[in-house]
Amino acid sequence: MLIPLSHYLVVSAVLLVIGIFGIFMNRKNIIVIMMSIELILLAANLNFVAFSGALHDMVGQVFTMFVLTVAAAESAIGLAILVIYFRNRGSIEVEDVTLMKG
Amino acid sequence: MIANLAFYLFSFILLASAVMVVTSRNPVHAVLFLILGFVNAAVLFLLAGAEFLAFILAIVYVGAVAVLFLFVVMMLDVDFAALNEGFQRYAPVGALVALIMFAELAFIAGSWAIAPAGSADRLFPVPTDVTNTVALGQLIYTSYLPLFQLSGVILLVAMIGAIVLTHRDRRRSLHQNLAKQHARTPAQTLAMVPAKLGEGATLPAPQPEKETL
Amino acid sequence: MYSLVAVFAPLVGSILSGVARPVLGKQLSIAASILFMLVSSAAAIAAYRAGVQAPLQIAHWVQVGAFTPDWTLRQDQLSLVMVVMVSVVSMLIHVYSVGYMSHDATPQRFMSYISLFTFAMLMLVTANNLLQLFFGWEGVGLVSYLLINYWYDRKAANEAAIKAFIVNRVGDLAFAVGIALVYFTFGSIQFDVIFAGVSSHVSQSYRLFGTPLPVLEVISFLLFIGAMGKSAQIVLHTWLADAMEGPTPISALIHAATMVAAGVFMIVRMSPLINMAPDAMSFITFIGASTAFFAATIGCVQNDIKRVIAYSTCSQLGYMFLAAGVGAYPVAMFHLINHALFKALLFLSAGSVIHAMSDEQDIRLMGGLAGKLPFTCAMMLIGSLALIAIPPFSGYYSKDAVLDAALAAHTPMATYGWVCGTLAAGLTAFYTSRLFFLVFTGKSRAPRHVQEHVHESPFVMLLPLLVLAIGAFGSGMVLKPYFIGGQFQSFWGSSIDVAANSAMFNMDSIVAWAKLAPLVVGIFGILVAVLFYLVAPALPGRLAQALSPVYKFLLNKWYFDELYDALLVRPSLKFAKFAWRFGDKQVIDGVPNGLAALTSEASAQAVKLQTGSIALYAFIMLIGLLVFVSLFIWVR
Repeated sequence: MLIPLSHYLVVSAVLLVIGIFGIFMNRKNIIVIMMSIELILLAANLNFVAFSGALHDMVGQVFTMFVLTVAAAESAIGLAILVIYFRNRGSIEVEDVTLMKG
Repeated sequence: MIANLAFYLFSFILLASAVMVVTSRNPVHAVLFLILGFVNAAVLFLLAGAEFLAFILAIVYVGAVAVLFLFVVMMLDVDFAALNEGFQRYAPVGALVALIMFAELAFIAGSWAIAPAGSADRLFPVPTDVTNTVALGQLIYTSYLPLFQLSGVILLVAMIGAIVLTHRDRRRSLHQNLAKQHARTPAQTLAMVPAKLGEGATLPAPQPEKETL
Repeated sequence: MYSLVAVFAPLVGSILSGVARPVLGKQLSIAASILFMLVSSAAAIAAYRAGVQAPLQIAHWVQVGAFTPDWTLRQDQLSLVMVVMVSVVSMLIHVYSVGYMSHDATPQRFMSYISLFTFAMLMLVTANNLLQLFFGWEGVGLVSYLLINYWYDRKAANEAAIKAFIVNRVGDLAFAVGIALVYFTFGSIQFDVIFAGVSSHVSQSYRLFGTPLPVLEVISFLLFIGAMGKSAQIVLHTWLADAMEGPTPISALIHAATMVAAGVFMIVRMSPLINMAPDAMSFITFIGASTAFFAATIGCVQNDIKRVIAYSTCSQLGYMFLAAGVGAYPVAMFHLINHALFKALLFLSAGSVIHAMSDEQDIRLMGGLAGKLPFTCAMMLIGSLALIAIPPFSGYYSKDAVLDAALAAHTPMATYGWVCGTLAAGLTAFYTSRLFFLVFTGKSRAPRHVQEHVHESPFVMLLPLLVLAIGAFGSGMVLKPYFIGGQFQSFWGSSIDVAANSAMFNMDSIVAWAKLAPLVVGIFGILVAVLFYLVAPALPGRLAQALSPVYKFLLNKWYFDELYDALLVRPSLKFAKFAWRFGDKQVIDGVPNGLAALTSEASAQAVKLQTGSIALYAFIMLIGLLVFVSLFIWVR
């Protein structure tokens, strides 16, 4: 591979951290939380592909494909739930989502 | 040289757009930045040698998932002003957690190295005579077939789930029910009424249509 | 074979009359029990006539290693004599009960119980090992409880039954420990094995806090404490007077003739063992003599007709133990048989009187019944004369033999026994005559409506009295040669062990005035009673007032009940209350209740974690992830 593995790993780590940070920070908008999850998944994918290239092993890319699939399915369902929730509640503020209070 | 430069450029844009996703006020802007991030990630994939995945990223992630996000964001009536009030409160804690996370990852990355004999343990070595796409195809249709089928099933389930969840059943307009029309028998519509000479016939009162469920 | 029928016929009769009432009806159930008792008596007499046999094994019972007691019928002379006595007396009382309990709602229940009692008593006397004897022992105790409590809606009867059972239990505990020690010492609880092994264990002793205690002494002592409980000797006597709450037939059967005699029987049965324990024998003598005196003093002032006779039973049992304690076991058996007959006669006559007086039992409200109840009066007279030991009635032969044996033993304890016994003889004569005079002579002190109803008992009640009276009159004269006379050794054979130095052999060599002393004292007692109750009726009242503390002391039974109440009953109740309030409610209930309360509290607190806020959940998930990753790095 042209670029050293460690570079890729650093980028992937920072992306992951940004995604985590985004989950934390957003109290007002659930959609941004979902987008942060997409960022985390992207970081994981980047990691897989980097290793696949560094070790010259195809398995990493196969796995990335499947992660892609699952991420797509998950965001579809998540957004559908969000839509219905908004229909019923009228707001998507994170702090208002307390229906499961015990 | 060129490759390194390209890498630095695209990775910088990727990280910048990720930060913008998280900190944008306008959710539409956030989605657009997400799209930008995906595209740059696709380039990074290219640089690592996974061409198929790079373009799949563009097609699926950008073309489908991000557009879906855009649809939803535009459909929901979100109030911009109230969005970022809580930001300041949680910034220190969040930054701390992020920093710790990053430190740990760096620590791991720094103290880890590939074993010299590791290359002999490769599961499926990258073939040099075929393209990346063909190589991937050779794998997923043979050794990883069950997983492939399974992911198809997952997608099917997600599709059905999304439709079922959001489907609104509103009967707003009159419409024909062909099945009902075909199932009507003459006994339900015709009645033979004997008519005497010079007296005329008394018609029976019309029966209301019973709703067949 | 005959013994088998004799022992088990009452059981069949008991079961039939107990459960077959829906099928047979009341009359037939009662008749069934009487029929089976007749069969049992006939078989008992036939068994006696057939003579001594080898033990008859019926079935296996316990088989644990070397501990293998079996259900076996011992058929030696002692058992045969007892079987005849128990079944005949029981049969007479069954017949009597038909008349006495005729007004009761469930007479067949009564018949079933007394048949069951007879079975248990017969198992006791025909036992070939200590465990079967203990089975009979406990069985008679159980049926005694059931019968004292026969009229179970009376609170006094309930309390008396429980008292009898508990006081007996104290004795039974010592008895059971004694049986265990027997097993540990001899390796078996079969009588033959025990008796054969006695001589080899004479020098063996236990060590308790450094003092050596001979094994045979300890065992005999414990067995005797069991006998004390069952036969109502001085420390464990408190239940016998209260047991009079039961119907009169069972007072006759259980608390006069048979159950209370079981203690004496057991001691006589274990004679080979006890003969090797001289200290225990002195203790038996002491207790027996003291009881004879003590019960006689109480009997002098009691006002309930049945209680007077109950205390006389207690006293006469003391005599039997006195004889056993000096080694004269045949004398004890002789007195036991005679006592069974005349005491049953006395109780049944008293029952006849009570029946005539519309269930009145206080002798201060009786009087002048001789004219109205001539037959009962004659029967009671015969029984009283036998009890006072006037010749030629049976009591004379046996009671005087007891006192002669006591004096012939020439030990200090035996002499103490003779003194107590002679004094008690005088007191016995006094209170028996007092009872007779107060009930049958003088003017009637009963209320008018009771006087009008006085009537002689029906024939079914008088016939057993007649049979018993014949026995009370003649049994002494007829049985003396065999039981204690010249032929006693060939009569008893090996069933009773009479030691070579026993008092039996020099009973005739005592001083002449000592032989006449009981008779003289008895006649003196009768004369005092004549003085008090016929000549000068005001005298007893004045004497009681003058010696008021003494009178109260005797009337309250030497304050034994109050002593036990303060010493044992109240502390037990206090402890029970404490155990209930603190131990049960707080500690034992506290554990599950406390756990439940803890669980509720903990869950109430845990619920507060469920805020429902997704942001918080995500936050916690991430913190958790951070912690895990850190741990992973650390550990690796």
